[in-house]
Amino acid sequence: MKRPDDYEKRREHLKDLTDEQLKERFWELAYKIVEPMLEMGYKYTTPAIERSVLLRMGFSSVEVKPIVEGVMKKGLMGKGAGNVVWRLSKKLGISVREAGLGLAEGKYWDEVDTLFEGGKN
Amino acid sequence: MKLDPNKKLDIKELLKDLENYRPRRRGWHWREGRNQKRQIGDFEYRETSENLKNYIPLPGSRGFGYIDPQPDCVITTEIASGRFEDDIRRMRMAAWHGADHIMVIRTAGQSHVDSLLEGTNQGIGGIMVTRKQVRATRKALDMIEDEVGRPINFHSYVSGVAGPDIAVMFAEEGVNGAHQDPQYNILYRNVNMIRSFVDACEAKKIMTWANMLQIDGAHNANATAMKAWKVMPELMVQHAINCAFSRKIGMKAENIALSTVPPTAPPAPCMRLDLPYAVALRDLFSEYKMRAQQNTKYMESDTREATVTHTLNLVISRLTSADIQSTITPDEGRNVPWHYYNIAAVSTAKQALNGMDGFRDMVKIDREGELGQIVRELKERAILFMEEMLEVGGYFKAVEKGFFIDSGFYPERNGDGIPRQIDGGIGAGMIFERDKDYFAPVSVHYGYNNIPEGFEKASDAIGGDTFEDPSKIIYIDELDEFDNVNVRLDELKKYYDTEYVKPEVEWRADGVVAVTIFLPLDERTAEFAAIKCGEKMGLEDVTVIHKNVMHPAEGTLVEIKGKVKFDININELVIPEKIPVLSEAEIREDIEKNPMFVVAATVGEDEHSVGLKEILDIKHGGIEGFGIKYLYLGTSCPVEKLVDAAIETNADAILASTIITHDDVHIKNMKKIHDLCIEKGIRDKVILACGGTQVTNEIAVEAGMDAGFGRGSKGIDVASFLVKKRREMNNKDEN
Repeated sequence: MKRPDDYEKRREHLKDLTDEQLKERFWELAYKIVEPMLEMGYKYTTPAIERSVLLRMGFSSVEVKPIVEGVMKKGLMGKGAGNVVWRLSKKLGISVREAGLGLAEGKYWDEVDTLFEGGKN
Repeated sequence: MKLDPNKKLDIKELLKDLENYRPRRRGWHWREGRNQKRQIGDFEYRETSENLKNYIPLPGSRGFGYIDPQPDCVITTEIASGRFEDDIRRMRMAAWHGADHIMVIRTAGQSHVDSLLEGTNQGIGGIMVTRKQVRATRKALDMIEDEVGRPINFHSYVSGVAGPDIAVMFAEEGVNGAHQDPQYNILYRNVNMIRSFVDACEAKKIMTWANMLQIDGAHNANATAMKAWKVMPELMVQHAINCAFSRKIGMKAENIALSTVPPTAPPAPCMRLDLPYAVALRDLFSEYKMRAQQNTKYMESDTREATVTHTLNLVISRLTSADIQSTITPDEGRNVPWHYYNIAAVSTAKQALNGMDGFRDMVKIDREGELGQIVRELKERAILFMEEMLEVGGYFKAVEKGFFIDSGFYPERNGDGIPRQIDGGIGAGMIFERDKDYFAPVSVHYGYNNIPEGFEKASDAIGGDTFEDPSKIIYIDELDEFDNVNVRLDELKKYYDTEYVKPEVEWRADGVVAVTIFLPLDERTAEFAAIKCGEKMGLEDVTVIHKNVMHPAEGTLVEIKGKVKFDININELVIPEKIPVLSEAEIREDIEKNPMFVVAATVGEDEHSVGLKEILDIKHGGIEGFGIKYLYLGTSCPVEKLVDAAIETNADAILASTIITHDDVHIKNMKKIHDLCIEKGIRDKVILACGGTQVTNEIAVEAGMDAGFGRGSKGIDVASFLVKKRREMNNKDEN
């Protein structure tokens, strides 16, 4: 879009504001703009977020990648990849580390199907 | 492992037991002792911080007792050679010159890698940011900060499609600051918009826990826009979006820094354009920190020009405020920065900030006139920008419509912005809605998390995560057996801790040298002639790194770089022994028994007086302090007058200072003194010594002097020489 500078016309509603009011207005708009992004962050997860969770659960970057990819394939990202590993460890009675390593090596994926009631995401 | 200032940092030793190294602290460090007056040398400083334990002062400090005042703001240097083992050495050099914020640039393309990388592969224009490289660097910086006596902030990037992964690794490894701005990913890295913001929520939450300082990415708009001075309203909008977004995630205002650049550079009247912008920004963002970056948009290959622009940027910093003064190496317009240009950049900042210390107490910004009006207008334009964003449906719609990086001065529009689609870009479609039973068993997390019953906090489910129990961190050493630090060290083992050395600019033994050549030729001919000159000097891979026309026909300055084909065995060097000086007590005793009188002057058409006065004056540790009496004849003293004065006063010695070297006038003057003394029959009775920045003992002796004193000589060196020489002459007489 091309548009000439119509600042003088547009600023009509701002020109009588004090500097303080102007600053308030500036921040009010900024906070309003970021609201939808914060809501999305609250509602959604991503492969990177799930990898970051697994890293903190004590897995290496090489191990977390196949786990998250497997979780995506199973349609279980909505549950959380960390949740999948944790529930699996509970179910099998093994450590979180063992459960995750197993998944990274392609094991236990059949068990994963049974971890969540009420189906997939 | 403790560093010895006289020994090189041992990379192999550094890499030992790295798998068990834990950083000793987290979080950002501001310099200590700010906002207080401080006496340093002869002066009171008003904008400094605590002095360093070990440092290299500015060259000009020689006239001020070698003081090295440390400005109150953190000083950044960016390092990007692609080999961390070489970068670490450079970090140590930079720290000694006053840098306490080391920013490590990532290898090209890392922001598009959907994972962490591991190992120590060589990077392009930066290192591959991996756990091993980060850990080794942090370990080295821990030692370097002990050596200089000030904590050093380590910094890199939490961006791209692996932002949360990298944030975790940085938090675990004691990285103190990072760039994080989802807008940067979207506009410049074409990462999907939603993915970028969702990832940023988690990444920022992690950075908040680690108390890291966040720097935004708005300055890139300045570097990308066609006309950088037109995007000022948008820059403020970008800063505001990242600040508001970060605050809502929980980041403290004091840990959020704006990356701000004075938008223009000479020959534009940049101060008049940039200053109101800097003021408007600091008004609106008064809660936040300012990271003052330097302008790169208008940077060419001329290091001199870049340094002047950067100095003007520093004036803006001092007139307004800067919490972090970033520096750009003046060679960035010609190559990936070299060792000594990092030091040059840090020194430019330190020098300018030292020079302007307390300047604000005398010079004030006048808000009443034109500046105040422009400040107001910029703020209004930024507000109008955000109003229209909301009118069109918010941030994502605005980006789709190409609102950002448009070269129009908003609300003017030129239709050349960077549009991105909500369902496009890297990582598009890779977002997943969390179910009701979504669970992330970690101690730090943004957004919905259904913690199962029975656990107080999420990470209890796994008995604590790596933030709570670092022993759970899994360390990977190397994945690539051919491209790693061990292979590189092995290939270059001839140059590690041996007698062999090669010149270098960024990597151990890279062999690169730069040569400055003036040729009385037109630009194009000069360029090719300069390459030929380099080849005839025996250089390989000669390329032109800079040229500057002096006149279309009369001549061109060309700078070339090339590689040398040889190395040097330092054991084969013939290095004249440094002459030992007598003790102060011995000199005083000798002078007390046998008083000494000297005549001194700066000879020729030369008005330099500082060096000689330092040698003479008691206040500066000069020869007067040892009891030697002198007659000082001032500057531009004819040689004849100096020799006549020596005869009239029956002086023991003549001390001549000569700074100007044009047409070898310094050598000619020395010869003339010697010849005159012979002619007048006093040569065997009088000691002749000469000093100056370009004088060496060898040059002086060859020109007939008894000794020469170059750069860095002190009164005691001269006094010691005079005493020894007189003893030698007396012995000869007795024999």
